[in-house]
Amino acid sequence: MTSIGTGYDLSASTYSPDGRIFQVEYANKAVENSGTAIGLRVKDGIVLAVEKLVHSKLLVPEANRRIQTVEKHVGVATTGLLADGRNLANRVRDEASNYRSVYRSPPPLKELVSRLSMYVQVYTLHSSVRPFGCSTILGGIDESGPGLFVIEPSGVAYGYHGAAVGKGRQLAKTELEKLKLSELTTREAVFEAARIIHLVHDDAKEKDFELELSWIGDETNGLHVPVPKDLFEEADRKAKEALENFE
Amino acid sequence: MDHFPTSWGRPRNEAIDAFNTYPLHQRPGHAPKTDTFTDGVQRTQQPIVTGTSILAFHYKDGIIMAADTLASYGSLARFKTIQRLHPVGARTVVGASGDMSDFQYLQNQLDQLTIDEFTENDGHDLGPAEIHEYLSRVMYGRRSKMNPLWNAILVGGKKDNGERFLAYVDLLGTTYSAATIATGYGAHIAIPLLRSAVEGRENEITEEQAREIMTTCMRVLFYRDARSLDKFQIATVTDAGVNISEPIKLETSWNFAENIRGYGAQTQ
Amino acid sequence: MFRNTYDSDNTVFSPQGRLHQVEYALEAVKQGSAAVGIKSKTHAILLALKRSSGELASYQQKMYRIDDHVGIAIAGLTSDARVLSNFMRQQAMSSRMVFNRPIPVNRLVSSIADKAQVNTQEYGRRPYGVGFLVIGQDKTGPHLYEFSPWGNSYEYYAMSIGARSQSAKTYLEKHYESFADCSLDELIKHGLHALRETLQQDKELTISNTSIGIVGPSGEHEAAAAPGGAFRILEGDTIDVYLKTMVPKEEAGEPAAPAAADEDVQMAE
Repeated sequence: MTSIGTGYDLSASTYSPDGRIFQVEYANKAVENSGTAIGLRVKDGIVLAVEKLVHSKLLVPEANRRIQTVEKHVGVATTGLLADGRNLANRVRDEASNYRSVYRSPPPLKELVSRLSMYVQVYTLHSSVRPFGCSTILGGIDESGPGLFVIEPSGVAYGYHGAAVGKGRQLAKTELEKLKLSELTTREAVFEAARIIHLVHDDAKEKDFELELSWIGDETNGLHVPVPKDLFEEADRKAKEALENFE
Repeated sequence: MDHFPTSWGRPRNEAIDAFNTYPLHQRPGHAPKTDTFTDGVQRTQQPIVTGTSILAFHYKDGIIMAADTLASYGSLARFKTIQRLHPVGARTVVGASGDMSDFQYLQNQLDQLTIDEFTENDGHDLGPAEIHEYLSRVMYGRRSKMNPLWNAILVGGKKDNGERFLAYVDLLGTTYSAATIATGYGAHIAIPLLRSAVEGRENEITEEQAREIMTTCMRVLFYRDARSLDKFQIATVTDAGVNISEPIKLETSWNFAENIRGYGAQTQ
Repeated sequence: MFRNTYDSDNTVFSPQGRLHQVEYALEAVKQGSAAVGIKSKTHAILLALKRSSGELASYQQKMYRIDDHVGIAIAGLTSDARVLSNFMRQQAMSSRMVFNRPIPVNRLVSSIADKAQVNTQEYGRRPYGVGFLVIGQDKTGPHLYEFSPWGNSYEYYAMSIGARSQSAKTYLEKHYESFADCSLDELIKHGLHALRETLQQDKELTISNTSIGIVGPSGEHEAAAAPGGAFRILEGDTIDVYLKTMVPKEEAGEPAAPAAADEDVQMAE
């Protein structure tokens, strides 16, 4: 890489002569090295799914979550540095709480996304901090219906019908594009999400992984909760079967 | 009530009584910091828009609590559809008498607390005992700052071990727990009725009986309490969760008033 | 002066997206003597190897009680550990004060993890140079967590940190499936076997250099009852009975070992 050794890549407050901020690009590298996370925005809800790479078999399954709930109706899936992801989730919680204390109503997702992206962006301005080493998928339901957004280390935030970040994002995006997302129900989307995560996981290269699924929809009363055990197991099983047929 | 003996019937003035005692915070060196605005600041001295009694007691399946739907502005029946029973989490209900804006503030605090607890998503939640402890800390903290939240609050519900829980906390931070509790005027009028109807029979009273007892008490209160209303709500907390009823209209009879002089539309 | 261009600061990502300063902090953890943690359905235990700087010095403290239901074992910089453990105690007391509830163990660990994360992101700080194994019990049963300078906290069935902890990990990975149904005594025995793997060639576990921390109902060999299964640390003579349950290691330098053991016992007196 041309950036290395030039000295233009040591601080978030330094541009390179061609106008790039290398520290932000390096932060993206931290994201690209970690397990895939996807989000599906369907007609009546949101599904988030994460390929959680398991670094030790001594880990207690289901205990170390990567998908977090930040408001009753908003979930966050992060990839990259886990601790940074927790920092961001805590920030959204604070922003949501602040919004409620001022307006006495549930925060719209767009508002949370806007506030969080500003927070992330500040960390790309100064030499005294490093950018966040994680991409965040926010999914939620508010008055305007289901919403899905991705915030990148640069602070950029876009809305999506289907979003994928992390190592397997290219393949996941291709799969997402094949789906008719606006016609799926949330329940159907759970199965698609599980299938895509199993598909993008590279058995040959990677360690073990654990599938994590959460959803928000009519079936959850508009709350962001983990997918219930029986549905999870069915989705997981079908995903594995589909994978065998695929190969 | 001023509890300092020195202020009972005598002006507190050093010119008259050189050996006067003062509350700790008024002594030299303990005075609060003052600035230009200090004289213009007055802390809450009285509640403004108020709710009257809350009644609650244990029964077979859990806890029952009742409150009418009136918020008075002084003696004016100002707001007649105010809900004074508030569910917190899955197995707690909080009812408040006293200042309604202070209660609304507490409702918002409690709602945020349950959201924080929900977002942890770790199998832990706040039950009635925890909510009551929290409220007692808030109430005592505020009164210690000489800035109380002007309420008397009942917290009822089911603990995770299935036990019933019912406790009281007020603007002074005083707490206690009993099988039958009432706040405000109800503590004078309804408690004797509740005690004779409930005590010793907490494990026998069915929900139907409990509602009957509650309705009787609310009716008596409506007859006697000038700040009450004939519309009230009943909350129950059982293993099935919190249920707060729609407003119930009391059946009352005012025939006895016919012969009372000085009451109603009499010509002489 | 530096090993590479990107490792002098914790506010700098390397081109691979790595944070070298945090990785070096992990090395500080590895400098500390080992600690092992295991949990079963009923208990969670910690075992740690204490070092002594010489014959005139006492053995270091490796375990701290945080609250009745939580305890920790540390590896790395002791002073960082004291800062974080004091913070944990405050959090635990605050939960008891405000809600009259023992703080859920995961939230306690997360609270220091979130604190540690900030130190990996802001200039003028360094990441904490200490790792914890945290055991505790709450409504959801006994737990074992690892906290690291990254600001991560993970829940494990069994884990080890500190010097040569990889050897202990290898032992734990081999046996962890049987831990869930172990009695307290069996659990301690497994723990001691795992901890023994981290010793230098000529050293042995003794009543002076070993600490055992427990949450859960008291075991057969415990003299004092543990009300509510509260966290307790066993040290000195009380752990002799557990050390004796260990199965001697095959071949491993038998003649040298007893001598070292005797020496350690005398030092404690």
